[in-house]
Amino acid sequence: MTGKDEAELSGLLRAAIAGDEKAYADFLHRIAALVRGFVRRKIVQGGVDPEDVVQETLLAIHVKRHTWRSDAPVLPWIYAIARFKLIDAFRRRGRRIEVEIDEIAETFAEPEAETVSDRDINRALDGLPPAQRSVVSSISVDGHSIGETAIKLGISETAVRVSLHRGLAAIAKRFGRQ
Amino acid sequence: MRTEDLIKALDADAREKAMPLGKAWWLAVGVAVAIAAAVFFATIGPRPDIMLAMHTMRFMSKFVFTLVLAASAFALIRGLSMPGASTRRATAWMAAAPLLVVLAVVLELFVVPEADWGKRFVGSNMMICMSFIPLIGIGPLAIFLGMLRYGAPTRPVLAGAVAGLLAGGLAATFYAAHCFDDSPLFVATWYTIAIAFLTLLGAIGGRLFVRW
Repeated sequence: MTGKDEAELSGLLRAAIAGDEKAYADFLHRIAALVRGFVRRKIVQGGVDPEDVVQETLLAIHVKRHTWRSDAPVLPWIYAIARFKLIDAFRRRGRRIEVEIDEIAETFAEPEAETVSDRDINRALDGLPPAQRSVVSSISVDGHSIGETAIKLGISETAVRVSLHRGLAAIAKRFGRQ
Repeated sequence: MRTEDLIKALDADAREKAMPLGKAWWLAVGVAVAIAAAVFFATIGPRPDIMLAMHTMRFMSKFVFTLVLAASAFALIRGLSMPGASTRRATAWMAAAPLLVVLAVVLELFVVPEADWGKRFVGSNMMICMSFIPLIGIGPLAIFLGMLRYGAPTRPVLAGAVAGLLAGGLAATFYAAHCFDDSPLFVATWYTIAIAFLTLLGAIGGRLFVRW
């Protein structure tokens, strides 16, 4: 299972970096499910919402994807980021907790579906400048494409891309700073 | 925002590319060397008798220590800035420079009569050594801390300290070309103190600035 995951996921990320957007969406969906399984297993007492950690991890993976060496295995990279974000989430909530560095447990992380509730990311989104916030929520929450968002907001596609990129980077940075 | 929605936004942003970290590290080292060289040549510069000095073992041994330190710190910091990368071998290599210095100190103690130990240990310009190594290294340290922010170190304080060692190794390489004190007894003491100061600064920088 893990060997196959590794080969498929690193293949998808390589394709994504080469410009294949479909591969990138596939990659993100699959690691979201994997990271969700990992995080839920690690958070045994309450206090931290697993889905918040999943979202922070996905954002970190996105803005730090240049730190993956395309000839290195991708799963250790993903789990190292997930573990870092999980420890960070505990630290931020004033909880000192040891996350066991247990490689074997990670290989048993099963993909899981998400649950819905209020999210840290909504607060981060609300903190963005209005132009970035409207672009990010148009593409994410409303599900519009870059082109549709440009028409709706009356700005160029380039401006949409820039605002989206800066908005996501700002949200990721905000999570790191807290 | 549901995770599904977040993925839509990330996917739409996929076209934005950043320079691969491995390549960026080489670029950063190039810039850091240029900054260190500029500060070095604008201030103290090499010693006048450098061509003669290059024929002596003691003078050349300083560059072996500092370059081995810089090379091993560079290998380690690259690994530390990439999540999940194995750093065990690079960590082991960090022992190389200190071991070489210890070996040289032992040899020096054998070769030099005991009456001269104090003179060689104190040297002629330890204050210049302890101020100029940090001065030459501070610019490179800032570059390396910036690189750690660009990367994704899961142990920011350790990575910051290694950034200080790398900056220290680089700065000491330049400083060694100026310094008249070539005895390993001098190098082992005052160079180490100067590099330790940069290491401490790096660790503090890692704690304060390297968040992601």
